[in-house]
This record gives sequence, structure tokens and C-alpha cells, in this order.
Amino acid sequence: MPEPILRKFATHCEDIFHEFGPPPESPQRRAAALAVVENPFAGRYVETIQGFIEDLRPLGLRMAQRLVDMLGGPGMIEGYGKGAIVGEAGELEHGALWHAPGGYAMRQLLGSSNAIVPSAKKVGGPGTRLDVPITHTNASYVRSHFDAMEVGLADAPKADEILLVLVMSTGGRVHSRSGGLEAWQIKGEDGLR
Amino acid sequence: MKADIRKIAIFVEETCREAGQTISPPTRKAVAAAVIANPCAGKYVEDLSDLIEIGAELGGLLGEKCVAALGITAENAQSYGKAAMVGENGELEHAAAILHPKLGAPLRKAVGKGAALVPSSKKMGGMGQALDVPLGHKDAAYVRSHFDGIEVRLNDAPRANEILVAVAVTDSGRPLPRVGGLKAEDAEGRDGLR
Repeated sequence: MPEPILRKFATHCEDIFHEFGPPPESPQRRAAALAVVENPFAGRYVETIQGFIEDLRPLGLRMAQRLVDMLGGPGMIEGYGKGAIVGEAGELEHGALWHAPGGYAMRQLLGSSNAIVPSAKKVGGPGTRLDVPITHTNASYVRSHFDAMEVGLADAPKADEILLVLVMSTGGRVHSRSGGLEAWQIKGEDGLR
Repeated sequence: MKADIRKIAIFVEETCREAGQTISPPTRKAVAAAVIANPCAGKYVEDLSDLIEIGAELGGLLGEKCVAALGITAENAQSYGKAAMVGENGELEHAAAILHPKLGAPLRKAVGKGAALVPSSKKMGGMGQALDVPLGHKDAAYVRSHFDGIEVRLNDAPRANEILVAVAVTDSGRPLPRVGGLKAEDAEGRDGLR
């Protein structure tokens, strides 16, 4: 299993104290881990690409572990998401290789995480921004936890690179009050409600 | 705390490869940004002492956040910088009040020493705009390997009545420095220049 060639590793961490409403007791914290890796399929059409899924698993775990540490442990984490930006010599499909290693790395570390990990992907150049969707880790319909985090790096992805992203958050939107299924009402069995 | 902080964001970058060369250990930069209410927004205020005090608070707070995010001791910080972007209902001078009179001393405490001028930039701007924070060696401004910068931006800041204040700290210079000049190991670090 060849190791992905990593050029850059970055983290973003935000503490949101308020958004002009009553400040919650503890701020919402959300964080992103970003890895810039060489795209082994850049510049040509490669039919068989799934081996790269296995290659990415250790990196996915490293990124997920960094997020868990930044957010204060698995018990603190209520939301997650993932994404990828593929550089211009690559193909959107290469970004899809991140679904399994990115998603399952987070679910492996988080214990109860039955909800699908929401995702976004695109082809882009250095400085391209990606809005990574976030939803509740155990029940996708929890409305307070529908959120997103914008990420990007000034110098990535270059043409032959992929920028991989994982995000986690400690709670819902800071002044959530739009109704729907609340986190304390979920069963958390089917990943939806 | 005098500042009404809506948000604090911390970004860390590690460069493991550059131009096909392995960088070992990786170069690392951190930038911490606070989004604060601008107490002087929407009007002309002659006395900017509130902003000056906010600058003193944020210099220590953001400097310590950077050092903690890098996981280093203060003494191992190598370069630093500061910058502010003022939302549209403010004035460029508000950035100057935060950055220049009092932010430096607590920042220097957070990074161990800091004989050198803290390089800075400032601008007016809106949400999502990029702010480039200049970086220079903390003890000797002429160390050429450490002239650098880091971009910071937040899609939701600064709003019109806000200011985004950023402090950057590194534990290294550029990944592959080779344009000569004063080297970090040759710097005396007494006069802040060499």
C-alpha cells in the first residue's frame, strides 16, 4: 500500500462565541483538517482507481484524530462532514475516492455515529474555497446541526494535487431556533432520526 | 475583557514537501484571528483609547493561541506578524489603534523575546476578503530566510461593524530558503535588526 505523497497538512479551528444573539454557555467549536496530496492519476485517464482508497486510510485516521484532539475528545463531537478539491489535471471522480477513507476514519473514532457523513467535492485551483457541509453524527435530520464550514488554502491544490478535508463540530448553529428534529429527540438507530 | 469577541479562528499549516523536496522537519506557521465588535463603527471618534486597550488584550490572547496551536514553548517561536481588517463602517485608523500602540508588548511576552519590530499590514475590507499577515524573524528583522506571510480569511467576517484582528507565529522560516542574507543562526538579536 503506497503512502500518499503529502505536501501540506493544515488545520482550521473556530470558536464561535455568538452571532449577535445571547451567547451560549460554551462556544461552538468547529474544526477542519486539510491534507494536500499528490494525485496519482493526474494528467491521464486511469480506469482502475480504487486502490487509492486503501492508500488514503491511514491519512484519514490521522486527520480525524487531529480533529478529535482539537475538539476535546470523541464525546464532544456532534457534527461532521468531508470534502475534496481536485486540482486541474485531475478528474472529479478522483475526489470521490475520499468518501470511504475520510468518512469511516471519523466514524471509527467517534463511536456512536450512525449518520451518513455529508460531503462536497469540486475541481479547482489554488485558493479555491470549498463549503464543507456538516450534519449531526447520529441523525441526519437534526435541523440545528445543519451547518457548513468554508475552507481553502492559498497555494493548493496545484494541478496534480488533491486537497482532502474533514470537519467536525461540537454542536449546532450558535443561535439555532429553526425548529425541526432536535438533538435531544433522536433515537440514533437508523442514522436519520 | 474589553473586546466583544464574536469568533476566534486558528489556522495551522505544515509544509512537508516543496518543489518535490522533502521538508524535514516540516515548516509550520500559525495564525490566530479574532472577530471583534468595532466600538467606534459608524461615527467619527477622536479618542481611540478603547481600541488601543483591545489591542493590548488581543496581542497576548492571539499570540498565546498561536504558540499553543503549534505545540511549542514560547522560546521556540521564530517569527511573527500582525494585521487587521476593518469592516466598512469603520476607519483605517481603527486598525492602527489596535495594532501599533499596545499589541506588541503582550505578543512579545507570548513568544519569549521579540527584539524585532512586529511586521504588520492593515486594510479596510468585507466578509471573506483575504488578509495577508507579513512575517519576520522575532529577534532580528534582517534574517532573510524568515521573510514570509500567511493569508487568513473568514467567509463571515468582518461584518460592517466588526474588525478582524490577526496574529501569526511560526517555528520556522520558508521551506527552502536560498536567497542568502543574514542567517537566523548568525543573528545577535540585540538591536532587533541583526
